[in-house]
Amino acid sequence: MSFKDWFVKRSPLPEMWREHMAEYYAPKNFNIFYYAGSLLLLMVVLQFLSGFLVLAHYIPTARGAYDSVYGIMYDVHYGWLMQYMHVDGVSLIFVLLYVHMARGMLYGSYRSPREIVWIVGYTTYLAFMAEAFFGYVLPYSNLSYWAGTVITSLFKSIPFIGGWVTTLVRGGPGMSGDTLNRFMALHVTLVFMIIVGLIVLHILYLHKVGSNNPDGIEIKASKGPDGHPVDGIPFHPYYSVKDLFGFGVWLIIFGAIIFYAPTFHHIFLERTMSTPANPLKSLPDVTPPWYLSPFYAMLRSIPNKNAGIILMVVAVLFPFVLPWLDRNPVKSTRYRPITRIMLLIFFINFFVLAYLGEQPPLPKYFFAERLGAFIYVAFFVLLPFVSKFEPTRAPPARVRFRAH
Amino acid sequence: MSDETQNDKHAPNVTRRRFLTALVTASGAAVAGTIVVPMVKSLDPTAAAAALATTTIDLNPIEPGMQMVALWQEKPVIVVNRTPAMLATLDEVEQKGILKDPNCNVPQQPPYCKNKYRSRIPEWYVGIKICNHLCCIPHYRPKKASVAPWWLGGFHCPCHGSMYDLSARVIKGSPAPHNMAVPEYDLDVAQKTVVVTKMYPLAHLC
Repeated sequence: MSFKDWFVKRSPLPEMWREHMAEYYAPKNFNIFYYAGSLLLLMVVLQFLSGFLVLAHYIPTARGAYDSVYGIMYDVHYGWLMQYMHVDGVSLIFVLLYVHMARGMLYGSYRSPREIVWIVGYTTYLAFMAEAFFGYVLPYSNLSYWAGTVITSLFKSIPFIGGWVTTLVRGGPGMSGDTLNRFMALHVTLVFMIIVGLIVLHILYLHKVGSNNPDGIEIKASKGPDGHPVDGIPFHPYYSVKDLFGFGVWLIIFGAIIFYAPTFHHIFLERTMSTPANPLKSLPDVTPPWYLSPFYAMLRSIPNKNAGIILMVVAVLFPFVLPWLDRNPVKSTRYRPITRIMLLIFFINFFVLAYLGEQPPLPKYFFAERLGAFIYVAFFVLLPFVSKFEPTRAPPARVRFRAH
Repeated sequence: MSDETQNDKHAPNVTRRRFLTALVTASGAAVAGTIVVPMVKSLDPTAAAAALATTTIDLNPIEPGMQMVALWQEKPVIVVNRTPAMLATLDEVEQKGILKDPNCNVPQQPPYCKNKYRSRIPEWYVGIKICNHLCCIPHYRPKKASVAPWWLGGFHCPCHGSMYDLSARVIKGSPAPHNMAVPEYDLDVAQKTVVVTKMYPLAHLC
């Protein structure tokens, strides 16, 4: 008996390889948006590596944190590279997350039978938000300090136990070295492990029901004599090679940003990150990173603290029920022009809100912010009715695909 | 167009495929290599750690027969002000023939310290006070017969009993294989200071 036979007999890996790679049949009509998922996996691995290497030099104390981060920048060999990889990687992960989610909304990937895939994926997005926030506080710049103060003070609005929760999160009455210690623990162990677990679940749940495609029709409905979907192709080698090409293109973009625009016009790395934490001096304007700012714009659009927080929480939670808000039998918006227009407005509105959230809190922006919040909520409120009554075109029986 | 005609038109060109696979593998390895090198390098000692590399020791407070230990790169460096009587013991142990390496042939010291004093100037011994056996810190025992009846003075390790003379040359019967290491240093006689600059690269500590 050869070593290979001996190994295969005892190993679960060949079976897993077949189930998830070599004999996982994916629709053959994937388009460019379908790169986002595999690129996210790549980015999580890169964040893990660069994060591990910056953590090797990081000191989680109120006095030491800021200097240690600057030490990574100037004293650690290639520390600047690891630091910029880790910082720019966050923004690029959110770019990919938004593309990935928009793709799902465009082609109805959240619909039956993929509701759990959507919910697990959206939960991963929320976990990424938490991960990004905890990481944001760790350099203990003045921006970190005040962002940490503002975000943790949101918990005060929880009825009855709010004060206790806030103290628990901060590890004291205010932000301090103790906060850094627990934020580091959360950032590198608990939340990161949750993200990894959710990603595994996301893929397992996806592979149970099979991938959706731009036409929003089930490829499993038309199977060939061999029992495999006629419009499906094995993930390996077809999509593994395609994703490898995507990795190459993406790494060129990632490298260009790291080497030529590491702060990305101070969008990926804000100017106020370069002053140390000062509890006596608040920043001229505390704005969140771009990927959280749509929700922040909604928060401050309402001139009432608790109502603003409730609106923000509702806005964050709305996508969880998306699979049940859409009542049209047709999944893909390719064949639902009205929903497609609504979605495009929703996407544009989301990025307008992101822009508004970055602006100083001046009265001239209030109207636009309220309009943006209204459009965001209106999309989810109108969807059940629009999807029920909108005219649709008949989707094709087989996926549309032109060989190339 | 049916699948068959397509396959005829694009018959797999195996040579081309192999070439492209090799090309992709090679460029992938190049990309991985260029990022792995900085990643591993980032774990090297930082520039800040390297800046703490030297230690200056003031010799003025050390009276004849006395010693002092300074911390250099997290390691104890001992400086001994040896009296003529102590220096005489170095010849005595050599005559007894109990030293493993009396002529310091193993490069446990910079070339300028390859002598029986193992130092730049006979009276001042500068060395790393770490036993060559398993990294313990030997005790300084200058008094005669303080360790054994024949003891002439030197270093005695409390862990496994390694013995050294007053030049930290290892005595036969000790588990330690080599003499104790001497770092590279500069000795300013006028200012009475020693600057420990760096580890002598060929020496091994333990």
